[in-house]
Amino acid sequence: MVDFVALQADLTAQIEAAEDLASLEAVRVAALGKQGAISTLLKTLGGLSPDERREQGPLINGLRDAVQSAIAARKTILDEAVLAARLRAEAVDLTLPAPPRRKGGVHPTMQVMDEMIAIFAEMGFRVAEGPDIEDDFHNFTALNFPPKHPARETHDTFFFAPDETGERKLLRTHTSPVQVRTLMSQAPPIRIISPGRTYRIDSDQTHTPMFHQIEGLVIDREIHMGHLKWTLETFVARFFETEGVTMRFRPHHFPFTEPSAEADVQCDRSGGEMKIGQGSDWLEILGCGMVHPNVLRSCGVDPDLYQGFAFGMGVDRLAMLKYGVPDLRDMFESDVRWLSHYGFSAFAAPGQAHGLS
Amino acid sequence: MKFTLSWLKDHLETDASVDAIAAAMTMAGLEVEHVDDPAAKLGPFSVAKIISAEQHPNADRLRVCQVATRDGQKEIVCGAPNARAGLVTIYAPIGAYVPGLGVTLAEKPVRGVVSNGMLCSASELELAEESDGILELDAALEVGTPAATVFGLEPVIDFEVTPNRPDWLGVQGIARDLAAAGCGRLRHLPIPAVEGRFPCPVEIRITAPEACPAFAGRVIRGVRNGPSPAWLQNRLRAIGLRPINALVDVTNYLAYDRARPLHVYDVSKLSGGFVEARMGREGERFRALDGKDYQVKPHHCVIADGAQVLGFGGVMGGEASGSSEATTDVLIEAALFDPIRTAETGRDTGILSDAQYRFARGVDTGFVLDGMALATRMILDLCGGEPSEVVLAGEIPAAPESFEFDPAYVHRLSGLSIGREGVSEILTRLGFGVSPRGAHLMVTPPTWRRDVTGKADLVEEVARIVGYGELPSTPLPSVSASGNGVLSSRQNQVRIARRHLAAAGFAETLGWSFIARDEATLFGGGTQDLVLANPIASTMDSMRPSALPGLIAAVKRNRARGFGEVSLFEIGPVFRGLQPQDQGLVIAAVVTRSAVRQWDGGATDPLFDLKGELFALLEAIGAPVEKTQIAQTDTRPWWRPGQSARVQLGPKTVLAEFGALHPSTLKALDASGELFAFEVFLDAVPEPKKKSGKARGGLSLSPYMPLSRDFAFIVADAVTAADVTRAAAGADKGLIDEVRVFDVYRGPGVAEGSKSVAIEVRLQPKDRTLVDADIEAVSAKIVAAVEKACQGRLRA
Repeated sequence: MVDFVALQADLTAQIEAAEDLASLEAVRVAALGKQGAISTLLKTLGGLSPDERREQGPLINGLRDAVQSAIAARKTILDEAVLAARLRAEAVDLTLPAPPRRKGGVHPTMQVMDEMIAIFAEMGFRVAEGPDIEDDFHNFTALNFPPKHPARETHDTFFFAPDETGERKLLRTHTSPVQVRTLMSQAPPIRIISPGRTYRIDSDQTHTPMFHQIEGLVIDREIHMGHLKWTLETFVARFFETEGVTMRFRPHHFPFTEPSAEADVQCDRSGGEMKIGQGSDWLEILGCGMVHPNVLRSCGVDPDLYQGFAFGMGVDRLAMLKYGVPDLRDMFESDVRWLSHYGFSAFAAPGQAHGLS
Repeated sequence: MKFTLSWLKDHLETDASVDAIAAAMTMAGLEVEHVDDPAAKLGPFSVAKIISAEQHPNADRLRVCQVATRDGQKEIVCGAPNARAGLVTIYAPIGAYVPGLGVTLAEKPVRGVVSNGMLCSASELELAEESDGILELDAALEVGTPAATVFGLEPVIDFEVTPNRPDWLGVQGIARDLAAAGCGRLRHLPIPAVEGRFPCPVEIRITAPEACPAFAGRVIRGVRNGPSPAWLQNRLRAIGLRPINALVDVTNYLAYDRARPLHVYDVSKLSGGFVEARMGREGERFRALDGKDYQVKPHHCVIADGAQVLGFGGVMGGEASGSSEATTDVLIEAALFDPIRTAETGRDTGILSDAQYRFARGVDTGFVLDGMALATRMILDLCGGEPSEVVLAGEIPAAPESFEFDPAYVHRLSGLSIGREGVSEILTRLGFGVSPRGAHLMVTPPTWRRDVTGKADLVEEVARIVGYGELPSTPLPSVSASGNGVLSSRQNQVRIARRHLAAAGFAETLGWSFIARDEATLFGGGTQDLVLANPIASTMDSMRPSALPGLIAAVKRNRARGFGEVSLFEIGPVFRGLQPQDQGLVIAAVVTRSAVRQWDGGATDPLFDLKGELFALLEAIGAPVEKTQIAQTDTRPWWRPGQSARVQLGPKTVLAEFGALHPSTLKALDASGELFAFEVFLDAVPEPKKKSGKARGGLSLSPYMPLSRDFAFIVADAVTAADVTRAAAGADKGLIDEVRVFDVYRGPGVAEGSKSVAIEVRLQPKDRTLVDADIEAVSAKIVAAVEKACQGRLRA
């Protein structure tokens, strides 16, 4: 008579003692393999009488099930140990560096250009563009700079050699030629901004021979200086992203506007750092005025029917002011350290939901 | 333009402080740049008297002085050779900031003797450029008198004169605007009439009336020229002018007091008995009052006598005929010169005189004879003498004509609500003639306001005097927002490209539109028409044909700073000619090969990395990438042959170029090492098609699994990967979804001159699961197509 209890205890002990999958398999074969102890017992069932079978069957089957589940349980443990050992072996030092990724960015001047476009877009301004190489008519004459007038000299213009007709092209000194081109090609009402590169012979901490301007033009039947003031006040408040920036409009002279004004923002220069929107100082940020009747006339617009305003400002300069860039010339130096410090994330595109930058 | 407070008060009755005046000026359009208050600067300095001066015990050149000061008697060490007992000079206490030295005085021993202050020289107070001792003042001055009082120094206001307002180049003109703006009352100083005692002995002629429309002359004989009185010298010095002699000082004074330039000639040095305003003659030259010799050109207006050119009309007189202390008979010139010619002469000669500045901007045509009268009176007062009659050659131009003005236009253009009376009053205060005409006004601009020619000009006058602070803030009428944005599709491509490249790891730069001509030439530009006539530097004289030279230069600069690993991009213009249509817009990028050594030995091929970035960019801006071809033959000379290509839609539409830059080009640019770049020609990239709606169209997704088959073909070396993939893809367009090269092999098993190209073909069944026969059929088609198109054969 087989002692099932002893056999089960013996097998269980062997299973528990198996240190690896091979020895566990050996135990399994010894117990449940074709010649295994339990298999042999099972085979004896066929030769037993029904009564004996009724008694022995459940015992042998019970023994088999118990051993099987003990093996499965032990296998799970051993599998886990194997996996754990493999994973331990395959550990890597994650403090090692990842492959380098380039870091890119948007230039502050272009970021500010986008900011300005976003603000004016909300006010219904469309973006107009024109060529950098201009002629005298679009850059000066149509803008009410009479030929040889001293006001032209204040523009420090880059010229090309005259052609065979004596005409000399120039690099535009402002983006106002785009206003002329727009006025000549489309009928009022007009509401545009014109961003772009502009050029003047000048170089120091706050001047570069190439810089960026954005100008605005609004022409309709009843646009007056009050609209100009509101537009620029609205712009300045949004651009500097501070509450209550005080603006001041002062009379000035530009050939292409009448009346003309310069606009200042309140600022604080004490402490060596410029702070916009506080303090008792003023900082000039833009020029503006009502479009001169002669300009409208030059462009084929009747100044008795239509009137409106124009304004212009330096994009690089406002970028410097807003983001604390000390030297304008660095804007064009392409120093990767500077670009990384002053540049903007690609995802900082101005939007109404998250703000300008 | 500079002036002093007391000078202004000659013309303006006001109690306003300097600061209040400066503020009022700025708000009326006379933008104050600087107020220099010497009283503030010289505040700590006062008169002192040296009681005794003893030799310093430890230094030969120093003296120890006992000095009477406003702070009591002080012992002061002084190194000046003229420090002596009894000298009245200027004392600075401890703690005073000495402007000429840039130091604040501290109490410290000088060679063992403590100096309780300092005795000052003129240069230490910035009253002179240099001095060789301490100041020697009038012995009658009381100890303690403030230095500012001693030197008659007072605040100087410097402001910007806009080119439309030559009348602000005279103190009277400034006073008039300040009075109109409510900052005091204008004093109307009478113009003294001075009778001539004899006919003018010098004939005045004009032979160039277009350049000099009027010329008044008068001789004063028997003058005694010499230094002008202290008040006049002080006034001139205060605004930075150097006193010369009484006659010249009078002309300078009136140039600043009344914006009326004048000139004086020594009659004894004139010949021929006449003076004429005429155009210059080729070959003429003269030495001007600045001591320099000038060539006269036929378009210059000159003043000449019977023998020679005396000076440039309205610009500068000549040394030979100028006045001196020996002058006894003087000819005064009060003339009008054409602004544009005067400006031109100034530009040609580089002479920037006060007269040239004023005539170039336009002087008051109504003040020629008044200016002559004032000058005569002053010369008679200062130098004595006997005046001749005034002769006037030419004609004083007619005064501006009156025009009708509807005062309601002020409101229409400015938004300000000012009634007819208000408008009328402001214009009157500014010197305009104003009379009612029905509801309108008839307005006559004064002779000094030729800038005012129309109704908008009058609105500006009213608005600036009322003050721009009074302008309403009126919202713009709102325009219906379509929500479509305001950018054109091209502008939107630029916006996307910028953000895409920044996200892809490229830093945006801004390159100059002009570069050195030889660099432009290297990149297919540098033609004569695109060279600037007046570049700011020879390295910035040619409009760029490409953004690449600027990017390469940027890489070079970064390398020179020790930052060799760079990825930059720029979006900007390039120029093929002078016409608007010759300007193109490019997106250019440059990368260096990564110099970073990786611990796992991994490395990417920068050329194909860049190609990947370029195609991702093209896709992002909506270029038809799937239709492009890559052409590697005959790339332009700055690209490395064999490692560069064009991305094109047919040979005439090149969307982009990319690859390695030519080593010779880099060498010519003094840029060592490899560089990889691309340049996208945005004008060639088709703009995205406008769609009628926003809906994307239906999406049909196959429910059947795609499957892949690999093939390898032996082809000649000259056959490109694209040839193979194109042929394979065309074998069954309905079924083949994608063809991708996964291996290229040359070597044993493959004949010399050939290579094995292995491709993976992905099949996407659309209507049923493929059976073996289907797959075999399509495989046969692929093999046949590649063998035919590429003269290849399936690799066994």
